[in-house]
Amino acid sequence: MGIRFDHVSVAYGDTVVLDDLDLTVDPGGFTALLGPSGSGKTTALRAVAGFVRPASGRVLIGGRDVTDLPPYARGVGMVVQSYALFPHMRVDQNVAFGLRAQGVPRREVAGRVEEALGMTGMADYARRHPRELSGGQQQRVAISRALAIRPRVLLLDEPLSALDAQLRSDMLAELARLHRELPDVTVLYVTHDQSEALTLADRVAVLDRARLREHGTPRELYGRPRAAFTARFVGGANLLPARLTGGRVHCLGAVLDADPADLPPGASDGDDLRVCLRPHRVALGEAEHTLEGVVSDVQWRGSTHRVTALVGGHPVTAELRETPAPPEPGSTVTLGFTRRDAVLLTPEEAS
Amino acid sequence: MTAHPAPTADAPPAAHAPEPPADPVPGRAPRRLPVWVWAVPPVALLAAVFLYPLALVAAESVAAPGGGLTLAHHADVLGSESFRSALGTTVFVAVTSTAGCLVLGFLLALVVAFVPFPGSGATARFIDTYLSFPSFLITLALLFVYGTVGMANGMWTDLTGAESGPFRFLATPWGVILAEITYFTPFVMRPLLAAFGQLDTAQLEVASSLGARPLRVVREVILPEARPALVAGGALVLVLCLNEFAIVLFTGAKDVVTLPMLVYQAAILRSDYTTACVVATVNAALSVSLYLVYRAATARLSSDGGRRARA
Repeated sequence: MGIRFDHVSVAYGDTVVLDDLDLTVDPGGFTALLGPSGSGKTTALRAVAGFVRPASGRVLIGGRDVTDLPPYARGVGMVVQSYALFPHMRVDQNVAFGLRAQGVPRREVAGRVEEALGMTGMADYARRHPRELSGGQQQRVAISRALAIRPRVLLLDEPLSALDAQLRSDMLAELARLHRELPDVTVLYVTHDQSEALTLADRVAVLDRARLREHGTPRELYGRPRAAFTARFVGGANLLPARLTGGRVHCLGAVLDADPADLPPGASDGDDLRVCLRPHRVALGEAEHTLEGVVSDVQWRGSTHRVTALVGGHPVTAELRETPAPPEPGSTVTLGFTRRDAVLLTPEEAS
Repeated sequence: MTAHPAPTADAPPAAHAPEPPADPVPGRAPRRLPVWVWAVPPVALLAAVFLYPLALVAAESVAAPGGGLTLAHHADVLGSESFRSALGTTVFVAVTSTAGCLVLGFLLALVVAFVPFPGSGATARFIDTYLSFPSFLITLALLFVYGTVGMANGMWTDLTGAESGPFRFLATPWGVILAEITYFTPFVMRPLLAAFGQLDTAQLEVASSLGARPLRVVREVILPEARPALVAGGALVLVLCLNEFAIVLFTGAKDVVTLPMLVYQAAILRSDYTTACVVATVNAALSVSLYLVYRAATARLSSDGGRRARA
């Protein structure tokens, strides 16, 4: 069952929190809604769950218009950041809650509960109360509870944000495994963490300031972003000021060829552009294109050095692997990159 | 004892031995008051103005005419028809009022806490203010509406030309119950709203997305979370209703004789202090035992909160 946002807008009073979202999640797909706080991503998820009513537009699940259906009639599983386990119920009672609410015959409930807890490896904790479990265990129970009703659509709202780094990485692998084992379940996953979105999702929808900025595979968004916001938010790119003059792009002293196919749509001579460069694609020394700058900051990050240089007053960051002698702050460096790694974008609209 | 005279003789020096270093400057000795000394003035004051009169009441209720103690007054009063009837009325009014407060308070608190409407915050604050109103004010207000010469009866007589209106329930136990429910419901709502404030609304959302209709969400998610607050609020209201005097007096219900009314009638109207004291001690014993239930419930409430905070 796919999910379709048909030009969905949500407003609280005069504040538009989701502006004309048009997005389709294919059946069995895993789509991440990625964006900073206030981007409207959680609102979009809540519109699917039925907790917010769109001011305009329709929400469809499996081709059926559910815009006017109450949450209990939508048959979606939901997992939230705070787990929201029922504290007075044991783990098995929590998982059985949805089954009982949906009128599953009593004799089937125990088996379904065991099956759902088995999927997340929590079968041994069935008789415990939520307060006796760690955060990661509680989130596993919450996932079991959502899966127990065998939803065709699973909504995950920042499910890993309350966990510490190690647990988050374990749960990331766990969620990826569940998605492989349940290929029929369509997943909508809200996160502000680009690494979660890139790891788990087969499609990522980037939202910013209530609008969908870009939608594509993680590879497309990372390698060939079409919006400056995406380039910055997904993977943190250098966005260097540039100008299109005489069919070539002039950027902080470097001059790049610009094939019409590489240019953002509608770009014409004299337009301001941005050159998007991933920090790990910038190296020290001569290359196809170079920028001259003064080192302003050097950070050691274990496996890499993160060197920031001011080029014409504009900071350019390079992520250098295994550099025996990183440049000293204040020294002049040459930063090199190849044309293939530079993506041309239109500047972000001012916020 | 005589076999070990030496240790006894040695003991005092041994016991005194550590003292000199602990008390090096003799001049400071008077300042070192034991902690309990600080408790003496408040306890003495309490004893003089509160405990002593209370003890007098208790003593009066068991004082034999020629001196000594007797339970004869208790037996007399407790066996009397008027006491039994008053006890029955008191318990009936208090229990019914408390049940009404719990049902109404729970429903109102649900609306205030979970149904977003403009002014829900102001409503919650008004409830805090309402708690400070004197109880007779509510009764007085009800008298204006439903009293024998109140608005409702006035409208009825104006419309029908009858001698008097049909609204006479204010002078019956039901009138007292209506007034007590009106006045005490916020006492139930206050702890309920606090409990609802701690409830993660995501629980309600997850419950409904799992397929639970609103009634099931209330019954299986909200109600269990609210139970300690309901017990605490209910016990408090029950105690207050048992002892309520002003509301019963102001409704002018002569037939509704509760224990406090019986005390008032015996002591003030008939100067029968012995009976008044017996009834008062029984009433006090009832209140105190219910108060203990209330304390136990609130203790559980806070320990529940503690467990949740740790989880």
